[in-house]
Amino acid sequence: MPESVLTGASDETILDIRDLHVDYGYDERPTHVLRGVDLTVRRGEVLGLAGESGCGKSTLAYAATRLLPPPGLITGGEVWITGADDEKRDWLRLTDTQLRHARWSDVAVVFQGAMNSLNPVHRIGRQLTDAIRAHRPHTSAAERHERGIELLELVGIDPDRIRAYPHELSGGMRQRVMIAMALALEPRLLIMDEPTTALDVVMQRQILEQIADLRARLGFSVVFITHDVSLLIEIADRIAIMYAGEIVESGPARSLYHHPRHPYTAGLLSSFPPLHGPRRDLGGIPGSPPDLAALPAGCPFAPRCAWADDHCRTDHPHATKLDDGARDVACWKPLTR
Amino acid sequence: MKNLARKAIFFLVTAWAAVTLNFFVPRLMPGDPVQSLLTRYQGQMSTDAIHSLYVLFGLDEQSSLWQQYLDYWGQLFRGDLGISFYQFPTPVTSIIAQTLPWTIGLVGVATVISFLLGTSIGAYLGWRRGTWADLLIPLTTFFSSVPYFWIGLIVITLFGVIWQVLPFYGSYDPGLIPYPDWMFISSVIEHGILPALTIVLSSMAGWILSMRNMMVTVSSEDYVTVAHAKGLPERQVMTGYAARNAVLPQISGFALSLGFVVGGTLVMEQVFSYQGIGFMLFKAVGAKDYPLMQGIFLIITLSVLVANILADIVYTILDPRTRKES
Repeated sequence: MPESVLTGASDETILDIRDLHVDYGYDERPTHVLRGVDLTVRRGEVLGLAGESGCGKSTLAYAATRLLPPPGLITGGEVWITGADDEKRDWLRLTDTQLRHARWSDVAVVFQGAMNSLNPVHRIGRQLTDAIRAHRPHTSAAERHERGIELLELVGIDPDRIRAYPHELSGGMRQRVMIAMALALEPRLLIMDEPTTALDVVMQRQILEQIADLRARLGFSVVFITHDVSLLIEIADRIAIMYAGEIVESGPARSLYHHPRHPYTAGLLSSFPPLHGPRRDLGGIPGSPPDLAALPAGCPFAPRCAWADDHCRTDHPHATKLDDGARDVACWKPLTR
Repeated sequence: MKNLARKAIFFLVTAWAAVTLNFFVPRLMPGDPVQSLLTRYQGQMSTDAIHSLYVLFGLDEQSSLWQQYLDYWGQLFRGDLGISFYQFPTPVTSIIAQTLPWTIGLVGVATVISFLLGTSIGAYLGWRRGTWADLLIPLTTFFSSVPYFWIGLIVITLFGVIWQVLPFYGSYDPGLIPYPDWMFISSVIEHGILPALTIVLSSMAGWILSMRNMMVTVSSEDYVTVAHAKGLPERQVMTGYAARNAVLPQISGFALSLGFVVGGTLVMEQVFSYQGIGFMLFKAVGAKDYPLMQGIFLIITLSVLVANILADIVYTILDPRTRKES
């Protein structure tokens, strides 16, 4: 496993999400699922996005790529993505045609359900290359076939399997095919929504190594969404923690992992056994995930927080920079180092 | 190969069971054809005449049921379905040969049209769910629940009686000689329009509804989202990803309905006095014409079986998951 912190993440932003709001439901009282999310990903960087189930991580991925199914509705914000032509575009304001052209060549998505992400009735070769056909119509069938084989080799699958149907592949192989498919147009940004969740631990590790290896070779950026924070320390350069539709803390992976400043981050980290280092007691977080339809007035985490006081319960904290600007924390009483 | 052999055995067993039932069921009915002839002539027949009728129909020999059953199989293999009582002495095979093409031509074409049209409309409505397209759903529900003969009567009233634009009786102009020239063919097509319209109207709604619902289900599958994320043209996502998968259950339904083409048209042929096999079956039952009934039932059963085999083959072509590694 390569050291995750080094790699050449430049200052050039590839994804810049500003104040993104998403509601679920069309009636007068919609549920606010994303409430002003700001997120930036720099070129070549792996950003880990973690949080409990239902905190809005997947919604963020779907909203940023405008794939949000009804009744989800983007109610505000901007999503600036740098395309292959170095042009920055606000995806939320693209026309349908522009959006179709930008998809997959600027951002590719690897979804959670490796089992259902492939069309069961088409051979994987066809599915690997149909995006190439749609985006680069001048390519010949032979060229696309060649590219399909190249992509399979890239993820370590026998090129003969190009004629296989999805049901003839194992879960791990299918997820590899999905990753290969995402790389078809050489996008600069990959959004991976729990790409390893449905796999066993051994396969998880292999896929993670694959992603890290491909990133080192091809230099794309990754938004890696997971509920398993311990995975992120292996692969992410930076980590952002979501709670109740907000980013509550973000910062360099290693420092965030070892010195969480937000009480929720600390609770989340102590819910997973550490993969390295000495054993420690599993803590967990008391209470249950928040009901997004009935959030408290102040800090959404206050009802479950051991440090919360009256100020926390009445006033909503905003992200502030700590550690010389390396860390963003939305907490009135951040933990000290 | 093993899979194929297993299917072949299954179909053979089904065919055997069907033929056997087909032999026994008419013999369980009370009365016999001579009795029904007697009723028709109100008993004004001499004993000699009655006896000669029994000899004529082959009902005088007191052979055992088992022997009759074996003879029946022997006849089947020789392609002999016996002689009709009701249109004595026409062989059953030639009656079927005269009526079957009419039914298959009319109902077969109408069923195919209905399936193709209904599935396409359903795919479109399912893809455009949540828009104005949903307003059409109650209409299709209405058509799918209305009894078939009622639509037939409405169609006859409107097109045949009020506007008098199309014929609604028989399968061609009775003044014409059945000969494959344009006069005759155009007359056949003209006579077929109203019955076909009735079939399409009453059966299409079912195809629309089931296809629409499958489309809605399939549209939320991950691979459809992936197809969107890839930036594929909308048409390609709709046809190649959503409809391509949603159509699979439709295929089995279509095969079943093809099987019923031969048997399920009794009402239509009755309403439009169409000289198909359903109309003939109706007459055969009324006349207690065992050989004819048996022959028609056999054709119906075999057509259901053949349709099932066809569906199996088509399904294997369309869904790679049903193919076993060979």
